[in-house]
Amino acid sequence: MGQIKIISPGLLTTVQDLGRYGYQQYGVSVSGAMDHVAARLANIIAGNDEDDALLEITLIGPKIEFMDNEVIAITGGDLQPHINDMPVRMYQALEVKKGEILSFKGNKKGCRAYLAFAGGIDVPVVMGSRSTFLKAKIGGYEGRPLKAGDILSIGNPHIPASKMLGRKTDNFYTYDSGKIRLRVVLGPQDDAFTNRGIETLFSNEYTVTNKSDRMGYTLNGPLIEHKNGADIISDGIAMGAIQVPSNGNPIIMMADRQTTGGYTKIGNVISVDLPKVAQAKPGDIIVFERIGLKEAHKLYKQLEDKIQSLKEFLNNNIKRNIKHYNIKINSKTYKVKVEEIY
Amino acid sequence: MEFGNEISEDLNKKIRAVTALIESKNICGIDELVPGYRSLMIHYNPLLIEYEELVSILTEIEEHINVFELPPPETIEIPVLYGGRYGPDIENVAKHNSLTVQEVIEIHTSTKYLIYMLGFTPGFPYLGGMDKRIACPRLDTPRTKIPAGSVGIAGEQTGIYPLESPGGWQLIGRTPIELFNPERENPILVKPGNYIVFKSIDEEEYINIKSKLSQNGGA
Repeated sequence: MGQIKIISPGLLTTVQDLGRYGYQQYGVSVSGAMDHVAARLANIIAGNDEDDALLEITLIGPKIEFMDNEVIAITGGDLQPHINDMPVRMYQALEVKKGEILSFKGNKKGCRAYLAFAGGIDVPVVMGSRSTFLKAKIGGYEGRPLKAGDILSIGNPHIPASKMLGRKTDNFYTYDSGKIRLRVVLGPQDDAFTNRGIETLFSNEYTVTNKSDRMGYTLNGPLIEHKNGADIISDGIAMGAIQVPSNGNPIIMMADRQTTGGYTKIGNVISVDLPKVAQAKPGDIIVFERIGLKEAHKLYKQLEDKIQSLKEFLNNNIKRNIKHYNIKINSKTYKVKVEEIY
Repeated sequence: MEFGNEISEDLNKKIRAVTALIESKNICGIDELVPGYRSLMIHYNPLLIEYEELVSILTEIEEHINVFELPPPETIEIPVLYGGRYGPDIENVAKHNSLTVQEVIEIHTSTKYLIYMLGFTPGFPYLGGMDKRIACPRLDTPRTKIPAGSVGIAGEQTGIYPLESPGGWQLIGRTPIELFNPERENPILVKPGNYIVFKSIDEEEYINIKSKLSQNGGA
């Protein structure tokens, strides 16, 4: 419940959830948070459903005034969040009071921060999702990035504010600047490249260029060699697909990617490493490492298990209101545990 | 799943059959299907279905598609106001092919176009079957803004822009119909495997359809 007011919007602040699924066959991009893991952790800390709507904040953060008391959680890239000019911790529940101002002092690590509100952001569901799809101007807040003066409504928290304190986790990723190691499964058009082309991808460093946004990350480095040209008959594109057009420079396709395309895809960044791409910024160095599908699925399962156990841990701690009593009956003392089970 | 390496009606039919068959089976772990010209993209959750198991199910499905009855394709009529400020490049197209504007319209409206797939932007149909007599290369300098509903020609392809977007197609007309409207119960008007025919309308009809649509909230 309550509202927030955008005093200044930052570079690119949008409402996102985990994406708009089911319409890719009609050409509607998935959109959603670029860093799924950070977005899910923010929601889990805030006691929300994992796919509740939150804010994705890019490099330069917004200034937000709380018009009511709220509980929030900030995850993802470290843009130095402050409340009333005092630095605050990320990856933990924060109580904020009516009239307080959240601001960000600048990028320290990573690229995108996620700001979840207990109760989630209350915007209309468009085609099954609250995500902003910028190109089609749908979803989120009026289908566009936030502007100064926008007022957003917050939903009803699932957990009372009194039980929110202490909800926290470590970040699952380090977002180290320097060399970002991305693991890649080959395909579907790896056969369109020469052996030397594939070798080039896995044995060189690639720099993230300025042509990097929610649609994709264009990289710069040694050119990747095709056998006979870069054009294919158009087909579907997955998140993390590494598309190589005829100029030989790879592009990693991200959340707002078009659903289909006519360029060869040499491989796909594994799901577990997609948050590293989302947190990379222009100038960062990427190295690619080849991995098998089985290993990629194993890593995916490990990550999902980790998220599930965090969720269970936090929610058990909250919901279990346990009281211990000592009861004396006929001069004998009994220990009694009473558990609130709803 | 890959089915070949060409654009053909037979391949499209096969992909459509496999897609429909997979959908009808409600396989646990399959999240989303994206049919293409010559392939079908399957998004699945490896926590719910293992790769090997999925492959064996799909292989069996592919073996059985010949006995699967496809629903007959529908043909959707798209009204188009050709030429003038709605289709500023129609004279380019006519001149390039030594035709009159009227002949370009006649050729463009006399074909049934198969919707091979949708993609690129919401509701954008990749159409097959355009008559080569009205083919025309793209503009040298793409426009930065093309209105939604614009009908154009690029090389040997014809298409409709569902959204306002930049592009280099030769614009020959515009439809008042909304191919994409997120507020509508079916946000996307056309489906892969169906056919489109274009019908030439005048400005009065164009305005009529447009105002009717806005009264009904685009329904």
